[in-house]
Amino acid sequence: MVGSTAPRVSATVLLAKSVLQRVLDNLHEGGFQLIGPTVRDGAVILDAIRNISELPIGWSLEQKAGSSRLLRTHATDYFGCTVGPHSWKRYLFPPHLDLLIAHRNGEGWTFEPPLDDSPPLAFIGVRSCDLHAIAIQDDVFVNGAVRDPHYARRRERAFILVANCNTAATTCFCTSMKTGPRAPSGFDLALTELPESFVLEIGSEAGSNALAGVDWQPASAFDQGRVAQIMQRTERQIQRQATTSDLPQLLYDRIDHPYWEAIAARCLSCGNCTLVCPTCFCSTVEEHSDLTGASTRRTRVWDSCFILDFSHVHSGNSRPTIKSRYRQWMTHKLAAWIDQFGRSGCVGCGRCIAWCPVGIDITEELSALRSLGAR
Amino acid sequence: MSQTAMLEPAIIADPMLPSPAVVRAIRPETYGISTFSLEYLDPAAPAGFAPGQFNMIHLPGLGEVAISICSDPNTPKVMEHTVRYAGSVTRAIGRLKVDDTVGLRGPYGNPWPMQLAEGKDLMIVSGGIGLAPLRPVILEVIHRRSSFGRVLILYGGRTPQDLLYTSEFERWQDSGIEINVSVDRADETWKGQVGVIPMAFYRIRLDHRNTLVFSCGPEIMMRFVIYEAMARRIPKDAIYVSMERNMKCAIGLCGHCQVGPVFICKQGPVFRFSEIEAFFGREEF
Ligand SMILES: Cc1cc2nc3c(=O)[nH]c(=O)nc-3n(C[C@H](O)[C@H](O)[C@H](O)COP(=O)(O)OP(=O)(O)OC[C@H]3O[C@@H](n4cnc5c(N)ncnc54)[C@H](O)[C@@H]3O)c2cc1C
Ligand code: SF4
Ligand code: SF4
Ligand code: FES
Repeated sequence: MVGSTAPRVSATVLLAKSVLQRVLDNLHEGGFQLIGPTVRDGAVILDAIRNISELPIGWSLEQKAGSSRLLRTHATDYFGCTVGPHSWKRYLFPPHLDLLIAHRNGEGWTFEPPLDDSPPLAFIGVRSCDLHAIAIQDDVFVNGAVRDPHYARRRERAFILVANCNTAATTCFCTSMKTGPRAPSGFDLALTELPESFVLEIGSEAGSNALAGVDWQPASAFDQGRVAQIMQRTERQIQRQATTSDLPQLLYDRIDHPYWEAIAARCLSCGNCTLVCPTCFCSTVEEHSDLTGASTRRTRVWDSCFILDFSHVHSGNSRPTIKSRYRQWMTHKLAAWIDQFGRSGCVGCGRCIAWCPVGIDITEELSALRSLGAR
Repeated sequence: MSQTAMLEPAIIADPMLPSPAVVRAIRPETYGISTFSLEYLDPAAPAGFAPGQFNMIHLPGLGEVAISICSDPNTPKVMEHTVRYAGSVTRAIGRLKVDDTVGLRGPYGNPWPMQLAEGKDLMIVSGGIGLAPLRPVILEVIHRRSSFGRVLILYGGRTPQDLLYTSEFERWQDSGIEINVSVDRADETWKGQVGVIPMAFYRIRLDHRNTLVFSCGPEIMMRFVIYEAMARRIPKDAIYVSMERNMKCAIGLCGHCQVGPVFICKQGPVFRFSEIEAFFGREEF
């Protein structure tokens, strides 16, 4: 059947590539702002898009520890670049967010929550690792004792279109972290890009609705077989590995290891890794007064455990050295997170490896610490 | 969520939204430390706190700080906060006058386990401003003195000027609480003990099978307190400490207060020592 009625939930369908534009149009008409990967200043970033031509067509990513380069290719894939420095957290957990406005009234203050008039967002081209990162931030912001209502509202309204990876970067290690390269569930739509078409899984009612009026046909067993082959090829491409079976204890057993000093000798404590990491959730608050002092805004901004002030207490700083801060970051990601939320805080996206100015590689440091033994 | 609800703007009340509170009284304690009585203006604001919990005090335009509630939990409407002028926000609190308004949210945190202390001996070991979060324990004990066994306070400060609530000591003693005060450095006015707090352990006898220890003070002091208590065969799970870390949210979201696997703001600040032993006092951890 060539559908003009939308396919049912959990169906798998085949679309001509150009037809993806109709899906985006439907989402746009439904009130969504579309966010997707696009090339700016030599990097793939996430930004508002409206047209599939804005996707990074004809580009591929060459990444290694400490570097990420975009290369021109002849390929016509829309989703051939894996992940750039941005992640979806900048939309669900924005880098700057007003929490309240305090107004002076006479001698006192009143506190007013701000109005959120942001549109619902449709995320176009979410990688499996990043989909897992969103689930990990859900643990932090909505599944705990206190909900972050800003995150919750953005998250509830978000539409997620996954792009399963038909190619991986050398920095990727999702197979070790069991987060990719194919998204099992938790999306509205998930596509796998074939040379001439998209195979699309319908994950939800909203996903089905987004296909209203779109030309599609059921995916054949042959099409599904090609998807499986592509995913196997991507898995084979992934060379980087992290052993996780001995975590969290491995790192707890090495809290006092002198090797942290060796990492600290290279680490600049710039915090890039925390900025690019899709699961890092730390924030601080800033106060902005108007000139008259009659009203002030309280803004939540991203923070980083690499910033000295992060651990400031009057009696002294609880993590004064780079050694202690790198150890905090890595031990939190790979060990404490498991105790706190029941799963690792690392999804293996490789961003921190590519975007570290001195090329510190979390997978290599983990292996080094393992081979050096407990201390 | 319906399509229209998704598109409607919404007012989002953050859990960090404070509520106005009025300064009802200010009582100077020692140089650079005063106690501020705060009362929520909104009658629907939370009423009631447990000993060891803290509030976040917000001065718009300046910032927000975590301050322990140090008053009697039986009179929770007006909450006292003993503030040491340590930096920009606490110094600005020091410039407040009676009837001024601040932003307040709380109470937060895991309290001292008062119920476990019932029928037992209670040893309160504290240094400097660390007595503030333990004062509600003392006031609660006085309310129900017969519910507790022997109650003993070991309290120390660097100098006699660093000691809090000294004018109340007589009343506490009259209620059957033993107080053992010492200073690290005495001056000519000082007639009491000299020496760091853990030394005070050598002047007392305790029943290790029936004693709970509550301790709050500098981390290095608490480390020695734990050492001395354990040396006297008090079990690890009978020792409780209150921890302090940088805090921005107090609700488990900002990440600042983490030590290893725990968030001090939501699982603490009061911890049973046996729960945090693996991480407590680890250098720069
Ligand atoms: C659970 C808890 C209970 C506390 N109870 C009391 C109390 O009863 N009385 C009291 O005087 N102080 C108490 N403090 C410490 C008090 O919060 C700090 O002194 C205060 O935050 C310093 O802020 P400031 O802006 O004046 O100083 P600055 O040094 O300018 O502080 C800048 C920022 O650093 C952080 N910070 C600095 N010192 C501390 C600190 N010691 N602990 C946590 N964050 C800090 C704060 O986020 C602050 O906004 C408590 C802290 C915690 C965590
Ligand atoms: S880590 Fe895996 S899921 Fe993420 S971009 Fe790389 S291949 Fe795709
Ligand atoms: S720690 Fe590095 S590899 Fe792991 S999720 Fe964060 S940025 Fe990706
Ligand atoms: S103070 Fe923010 S997480 Fe504890």
